Amino acid sequence: MKTTEKHLHEPLFHITRRTDISAAKAWMIRLLAILAALIVCALVIVTITDYNPLQVYVKMFEGSFSSERKIMMLLQNIAMLLCISLAVTPAFKMRFWNLGAEGQVLVGGLASAACMFYAGDSMPSPLLILVMLVTSILSGVIWGLIPAFFKSFWGTNESLFTLMMNYVAMQLVAFCIMVWVPSGSNVMGIINQNSQSGWLPELFGQKYLINILIVAVLTVVMFVYLKYSKQGYEIAVVGESENTARYVGINVKKVIMRTMVISGGICGLAGFLLVSGTNHTVSKELAGGMGFTAIMVSWLAKFNPLMMVLTSFLIVFLQRGASEIATAFRLNESVSDILTGIIIFFIIGCEFFINYKINKKSKKKEAVA
Amino acid sequence: MAAAAIELKNITKTFGSVVANKNVSLSVYGGEILSLLGENGSGKTTLMNMISGIYYPDEGQIFIGGEEVVIRSPKDAFDYKIGMIHQHFKLIDVFSAAENIVLGLKEKGRYDVKKVTARVAEISEKYGFELDPGKKIYEMSVSEKQTVEIIKVLYRGADILILDEPTAVLTPQETQKLFAILRRMRDDGKAIIIITHKLHEVLSLSDRVAVLRKGEYIGTVNTAETNESELTEMMVGKKISLNITRSEPKDPQDRLEVKDLDCVNREGVKVLDHVSFTARSGEILGIAGIAGSGQRELLEAIAGLQHIENGSLLYHNPKTGSTDELRGKTPLQIRELGVRLSFVPEDRLGMGLVGNMDIVDNMMLRSYRKGKSIFLERKAPKNLADTIIEQLEVVTPSAETPVRKLSGGNVQKVLVGREIAAAPTVLMAAYPVRGLDINSSYAIYNLLNSQKENGVAVIFVGEDLDVLIELCDRIMVIGSGKITGIVEGRNADKSEIGLMMTKTQGGNADENN
Repeated sequence: MKTTEKHLHEPLFHITRRTDISAAKAWMIRLLAILAALIVCALVIVTITDYNPLQVYVKMFEGSFSSERKIMMLLQNIAMLLCISLAVTPAFKMRFWNLGAEGQVLVGGLASAACMFYAGDSMPSPLLILVMLVTSILSGVIWGLIPAFFKSFWGTNESLFTLMMNYVAMQLVAFCIMVWVPSGSNVMGIINQNSQSGWLPELFGQKYLINILIVAVLTVVMFVYLKYSKQGYEIAVVGESENTARYVGINVKKVIMRTMVISGGICGLAGFLLVSGTNHTVSKELAGGMGFTAIMVSWLAKFNPLMMVLTSFLIVFLQRGASEIATAFRLNESVSDILTGIIIFFIIGCEFFINYKINKKSKKKEAVA
Repeated sequence: MAAAAIELKNITKTFGSVVANKNVSLSVYGGEILSLLGENGSGKTTLMNMISGIYYPDEGQIFIGGEEVVIRSPKDAFDYKIGMIHQHFKLIDVFSAAENIVLGLKEKGRYDVKKVTARVAEISEKYGFELDPGKKIYEMSVSEKQTVEIIKVLYRGADILILDEPTAVLTPQETQKLFAILRRMRDDGKAIIIITHKLHEVLSLSDRVAVLRKGEYIGTVNTAETNESELTEMMVGKKISLNITRSEPKDPQDRLEVKDLDCVNREGVKVLDHVSFTARSGEILGIAGIAGSGQRELLEAIAGLQHIENGSLLYHNPKTGSTDELRGKTPLQIRELGVRLSFVPEDRLGMGLVGNMDIVDNMMLRSYRKGKSIFLERKAPKNLADTIIEQLEVVTPSAETPVRKLSGGNVQKVLVGREIAAAPTVLMAAYPVRGLDINSSYAIYNLLNSQKENGVAVIFVGEDLDVLIELCDRIMVIGSGKITGIVEGRNADKSEIGLMMTKTQGGNADENN
């Protein structure tokens, strides 16, 4: 009697943590997740529009690969997202939740724009670019260092602090534009349109190639820094256990501040690249939410800079594809947002199945019952 | 005589292969205070957790008012009017006292502040508590928080109260106040069980004393008919021979001199009080004491991890012959002085090692700074990892396995191995055999012994008195942050040490009873 009762209450499945999973199996799960996401997207497309989902997917692909210009745009977008992801990664590895990349990029970009605006005529372009580079990185460093300093000495919450610094940066940009644009339109036009002073030059006739190359080098440097340098090791120890770090004599305050200098500095560099190499202007939307998307890129790649090339490609590809189908099929922009949302939901959701195993009620037990 | 308020019969509880309680039987009557006495790990808290529904006994019966009951959850316990006040308070900081008191109660209607406040005031009046029901927990002192916990169980109508080491966090004055309240509750007919280590409190407060030792029930005595030394002997038992080898110290020299050390914890309570001793080379100095008497703070203070209020730490360098002051130095500065201090902390995976890193990367923790290069050098740590795995017989798939995947004994071998590999002159080990099986324990004893024979000053914090007596050359006893005595290991008496462990000076504010 008692045993059957027990079986009645036994749940249909129970969840256990996986201790080990082979890389191949993990990628299988991810691939299946993307497939499942595409199927769900197809259903959504068929329900709300009358288009053939396959046709839609082809368009999506074309959004990134149909012309050389589009490929370059894709690479440029990947490079910028990757650059910001590289910036937040050391901080995240240290368990310092830097949610302020958006603001750090913004102040970096603002510094570049300010240099272009005020010194565009008084310096030769190469010198100007150098000055812009340095001031941008410095601005990013300051924006990153302030929350790190308060965290180190007074234990303030870095997530809130960095998040709020974003709004300060945005208002700062709005203020500067108001001062620089006398017409009151609050939109900054292209700076130095004629002289192109402070613009990163084209390389082999390609506009964004310098951006892409700089980020490619940075990716490798960051990979080596985190994995093979002493400082990278310290970041990992502080992230895993502050107690252990103190015990072996690591100066935790110093590591936190030093790492945020790096994190903020790379964000500042991203701001410089966006202003000098891509947009040649500044606005509140300069980072365009990449400061937050970068967090996802970094996490999905498990803080491995080389893997982040893949994850940032995936995200950018989806975003570009989504906006392509929106224009091609004259769909509302929200439709493409829905599709992107579905795909990202599946990609993140599948991490659950990589970390946990679902055990179904075994047949054997049922037979006994 | 009426039926006992609560009676336990032959309760047994095991965790894996560890027997926490074995055939324990005891009873408490209404209108009585029973002290539950025992060393660390004797199973007191496990036993009480079974009464309060947190654990479920493997075997045995529980009777309440003469009737057999099944207590499966804390809610069941409340239904039987059992209330437990845990050592670590379970309160919500941002809530007020009144909100915490009614939390989880399924009373009909809305939360009525006035009604709750009136009930709390009534309870406070009856037993003599002082509490402002509107005060938030985070604004409260430790003693006030405890008051909230006690009122919380009384509010639920508890007739059987269990207090787990209630005086550990209180000042003597607060303790006296608490005891007055407990006596009033006893006179009101409540059955009270109090877990404690402090003998003088047992003697001044309780009516009867029940003693546990290593999970076994030793006996119950009437407080009026007993004394400190009888209780100590019941608690620590007769000496058991373990056959741990011990060599004679060779040419012992003063290595580390601790003078009048004072430390204060974050709450402002003194955790080390004028601690003075000398650790000598070629000798194992044991530290005995009830858990939380200041052992951790002492070792961390020496290692440069704890702020020192007063006193000094003098290191006599055998190489240069100079004497250095270690106080106020960071662990790194201590190392730069040429002090080879190794430390096996109590919290192995939270402090000594990084669980998610592999054995090789854990080997580097101490040595990664070596060399001018900005890059890590993994060859030497890899060799060290292989050596330790081979010599200490660490069971692991490879040197690249994260240490959290190893068993407790193997984790400890990795940690001790690394600390010994640094060729220390002082080696501190806190509870190095806790949770280890017999073979691993003996492996660790042998390692400590061979270090001693190499002329290292070994400081060993242990909890098993039999081990301390057989392994150590001298045993220092610490009680409430004070050194209560230092005895020779070779002719140490177990109950004498036990008595020193439970003795606290200055805490005897309750003697008038």
